[in-house]
Amino acid sequence: MSTTISVATTDPVRSRVIAAAHRPAPASALSAVLTLGWRAMLKIKHVPFQLFDVTVFPLMMTLMFTFLFGGALAGSPREYVQYLLPGIVVQTIVFITVYTGVGLNADITKGLFDRFRSVPIWQPAPIFGALLGDVFRYSLAALMVITLGLILGFRPQAGAIGVVLAVALIIVFAISVSWLWIIVGMLVKAPESVMTSSFLLLFPLTMASNIFVDPGTMPGLLQRIVAVNPVTHLANASRGLMHGNVSVTNVTWVLVASGLITAVFAPIALRMYHRER
Amino acid sequence: MNLAIETAALAKRFGATRAVDGIDLQVLRGTVYGLLGPNGAGKTTTIRILTTLLRPDGGHARVLGHDVAREPAAVRAKVSLTGQFASVDEDLTGHENLVLVARLFGFGWRGARQRTDELLEAFDLTEAAGKQVRTYSGGMRRRLDIAASLVVTPEVLFLDEPTTGLDPRSRNQVWDIVRSIAAGGTTVLLTTQYLEEADRLADRLAVIDHGKVIAEGTSRELKSSVGSNTLHVRLDDADQLRDAERVLHGVLGGGVHNGSDAYTLTASIDANARIHEALLALSSAGVGVAELTLGQPSLDDVFFALTGKAPADGAKEARA
Repeated sequence: MSTTISVATTDPVRSRVIAAAHRPAPASALSAVLTLGWRAMLKIKHVPFQLFDVTVFPLMMTLMFTFLFGGALAGSPREYVQYLLPGIVVQTIVFITVYTGVGLNADITKGLFDRFRSVPIWQPAPIFGALLGDVFRYSLAALMVITLGLILGFRPQAGAIGVVLAVALIIVFAISVSWLWIIVGMLVKAPESVMTSSFLLLFPLTMASNIFVDPGTMPGLLQRIVAVNPVTHLANASRGLMHGNVSVTNVTWVLVASGLITAVFAPIALRMYHRER
Repeated sequence: MNLAIETAALAKRFGATRAVDGIDLQVLRGTVYGLLGPNGAGKTTTIRILTTLLRPDGGHARVLGHDVAREPAAVRAKVSLTGQFASVDEDLTGHENLVLVARLFGFGWRGARQRTDELLEAFDLTEAAGKQVRTYSGGMRRRLDIAASLVVTPEVLFLDEPTTGLDPRSRNQVWDIVRSIAAGGTTVLLTTQYLEEADRLADRLAVIDHGKVIAEGTSRELKSSVGSNTLHVRLDDADQLRDAERVLHGVLGGGVHNGSDAYTLTASIDANARIHEALLALSSAGVGVAELTLGQPSLDDVFFALTGKAPADGAKEARA
């Protein structure tokens, strides 16, 4: 009845561009990880809100606890902020770890991971690239909280070096926790579910610790929980590093806990990642 | 034969669902091959197996001579995939997205930027290059996504439903792009739910339903396999559609189905002489015919003849 005449509308310039690519040697593992880390930083640059989103809560906690309870707990707000602030940095960063899983899940649901996985790169590079971006994110968050602390009168006795060491230790622990969220990020259907499930763990983990108060007045059972919570040791170690009275036991505890968490979760996460979806 | 893609008894199961249930394909190098089928037919699963994103549980598949299960890295080095959902980072700009992919393919920073500029130019995205992708229209996203698949010229390009959800103008642009890619010598395997798209772009096509290839050939071959001709009947009164269907079924046998609206019926017809009988039977049954045309069967008709239902029914089923 009707014949459609299909006119070839091939654009010669476009054809040339498409066929023109020379093929470089595929990116090395390191270069792929750095490139994907660069991507994570670009995301922070374009969507600074994702950082603000998670730091505003700890900033509020800092202000609230310092001024509402500071006087009652430590004699004065200024006195209390010396105790509280290293712990708040811990809480902030431990909370942000969930974003590793949220970001991974978003990449999977939006199909970006299909693209990364079909490119001839070292296959786990997207995960390590994301963790690299996280280190940057954690550092920025720490900087924000510490700056607020300095404004409120926080004076770390060990100076800048102590603060940097404390933040480095917190980041080591945070990366180990990130592995857990990578697993959750691969298991659940939507990024929001990663968020929701995270609060079930992160609230008890950070509240049942000595971040806010000395556990001396807590009931016995809770005291025992607080004593084995790695966050307690991390908060102690951070205080020690920032104020120049660090205990080797606390630092060792944190490093061993981070090592164990990584040893358990990282292989599971990588195996799940290699497996098909 | 110089095959780009070859599968034999390819199978993939998800729980109790046989998503791919014994697919055999042979795609010649340098051709455009279409996988045509409704939602849930197994097209995407097939593409994901061929691009090494899924492991088959039965049969085997070779892409450019490499077994997808045993040599996935060799396959990945030679093919590109443009997935069903634009797999570009919405938070980044178009420029950053392409630089990212170029870096992953091993370009240096300068080379990556140079290649990015070339591609943005070729895909009419130069103006939007500095804008975040979340501000792009569907057509721009799709063009960027395809450009990202062409950072390094692939030997085989997989396009999963490249025009689903696009407006007609963007769809035409994507068609032009696919032709340009094929003109450059790249083998293209595309999936589509649009019969017109397969008809226009693909040298050969396979019709897939419930994980099986139910027909294979050029679109001309497929059309002729349905019967030499197709009769389209348009009625005066939509209420008489059932009567008309019964009458035509009586005269012409099977292959009568609803057309594009409530007034039309389509039937395959093997001998033109039978039009007389059909017309006579309709008028003696008191069915008023407004229009009667005889034509080449469309791919819609092919699909109906092969599966007993229109492709849209299959799509509804898959959603339900």
